[in-house]
Amino acid sequence: MSDVLARAPQSRRAAAAGRRPAPTASGARRATAIAPYLLVLPVIATMVIALGYPLVRQFVMSFQKYGLEQQFGKAPEWIGLDNYKAIFADPAVWAVITRSLLFCVAAAGLTMVVGMAVAVLMTKLVRWLRVVVQSVLLIAWAMPVIASMTIWQWLFDTNYGVINWLLVKIGLDQFKGHSWLIEPVSFLTIAVIVVVWMSVPFVAFSLNAALTQVSGEQLEAAELDGANAWERFLHIKLPTIMPVVMVVSLLQVIWDLRVFAQIYYLQQAGGVASETNLLGTYIYNLGLGQGDFGKAAAVAIFMLALTLGLTFFYVRKLAKEV
Amino acid sequence: MRKGLLPNILGGLVALVWVFPVYWMVNSALLPADEVRGKNPTWLPFGGDFSSFGRVFNERFLNSMKLSLIVTLITVVVALLFAFLAAIAVSRFTWRGRKALVITVLIVQMIPAEGLFISQYKMLQGWGLLNTMIGLSILYIAAVLPFTVWMLRGFVEGIPVDLEHAAMIDGCSRTKAFFIVTFPLLAPGLVASGVYAFLQAWNEFTLATVIMSPSNRTVPLWLQGLTSASNAAIDWPGVMAGAIMVAIPVIVFFLFVQNKMTDGMVSGAVKG
Repeated sequence: MSDVLARAPQSRRAAAAGRRPAPTASGARRATAIAPYLLVLPVIATMVIALGYPLVRQFVMSFQKYGLEQQFGKAPEWIGLDNYKAIFADPAVWAVITRSLLFCVAAAGLTMVVGMAVAVLMTKLVRWLRVVVQSVLLIAWAMPVIASMTIWQWLFDTNYGVINWLLVKIGLDQFKGHSWLIEPVSFLTIAVIVVVWMSVPFVAFSLNAALTQVSGEQLEAAELDGANAWERFLHIKLPTIMPVVMVVSLLQVIWDLRVFAQIYYLQQAGGVASETNLLGTYIYNLGLGQGDFGKAAAVAIFMLALTLGLTFFYVRKLAKEV
Repeated sequence: MRKGLLPNILGGLVALVWVFPVYWMVNSALLPADEVRGKNPTWLPFGGDFSSFGRVFNERFLNSMKLSLIVTLITVVVALLFAFLAAIAVSRFTWRGRKALVITVLIVQMIPAEGLFISQYKMLQGWGLLNTMIGLSILYIAAVLPFTVWMLRGFVEGIPVDLEHAAMIDGCSRTKAFFIVTFPLLAPGLVASGVYAFLQAWNEFTLATVIMSPSNRTVPLWLQGLTSASNAAIDWPGVMAGAIMVAIPVIVFFLFVQNKMTDGMVSGAVKG
């Protein structure tokens, strides 16, 4: 549609001609040619300054010795691939990478399974209950991350948390005064629970919207042919909503790979940072905590490469409709 | 469609799991501090009051509120204006580099703040903008721009350009036609994008942690500070009251834009 308007200057000149001296033909054409570039200039300038420049600088920094001395004015020294060699030779870094990937798979996988279940469930509810479920999910979705974190920390509180109370009530006495944040595995389990609780609403709404597009005739025909509910889901509904499932899962993977706020929050609340770091908090501690900006930049570049690699498919899909 | 009993029971269970933390926040905020530390939980806030809100609504909160409001306002206004101009360029003009820009925007949208904050920190440090509103605002504007452009572009394209043509035939200039015809129809899109930018800047935690110092906290950092391990005994009713104060405006605004945001994020899949 936009190319229709691109041919509009002629009619504009024709219309303007009656009222005031028309600009010279070449002048008007030049103005229309420059206009879009002027319009996008602020966006491009902002992205270049606040994202492009740091990106380049980070890339350069990852090849430099950039530690505390450089923070105090010493010129950074070019050391080639040494930062990358150092981080990939460090078992602690591999532990962080493995932990991040496991966390990502667990959180994104659980979110998708639960989200899909809730989406299907929503199509089978009586009307008033569906409205209730939708409202509740919307509120949970809207909750600011840190507000949710405070609530979950309170639910899992060592002495007065309602979850420990409940577990003791059903006979699990070992949870009396149990601290969930000290053990890395239970620390990360709580992080997964919170992330899933916060992410399911988006997945459930997106998939539910897609499910309502599934053709009722096809489902009826399949039912007449004797397909049961599970078969109808597997062979008709799932293939129809597959494109949405793919995009939503990809977004979950990308979001859960970069998770920072939840982990940082729980670490501040009493977790052991060195054993619970994921990529985001590890970069933070390495750079801002220990002042080793060179290595931190190398890990960050690795993380960016990982994310952009995953993003490729999503961007290609969206770019097709541009 | 048949509505069985089992799905409805499960549905009720889902509602319960997702509403419980929210209910517990409200319940705990209204209870007195000693009640919350009882042997057994108190399930309903009978005899409770709003004194917890009074305790956390202090000068520190107001300072954080002021900082957050200013940074958020700068972010929303600047991002909306810039994104609006770019959206016009992308959906109302044909030009070399148009597609490249849209693809760049899509890719940039995916860059995790966590993968870039190290050098953004160094950059602001070099410019003397660490721990300043301007520094934080610059990063926020850049962070919300990609999605705002993408979202507004969808809105502008949704308004038929033929309407503008009609106005131009009646003697309007191209610019005038846009502002008389398309701009008013764009209001819902601008509101939705503005609210999106508001929510992003208001809730942002990662960059604020990196850029701001403990004496200069945005609202999410303030809330986090209430519960950090350095506090000997956490005032849970106070923290829950704080969580409610942070969450209420967000929930209200969120309900406005929820539909539009979902559309923007999965539009590629839904349309195809």
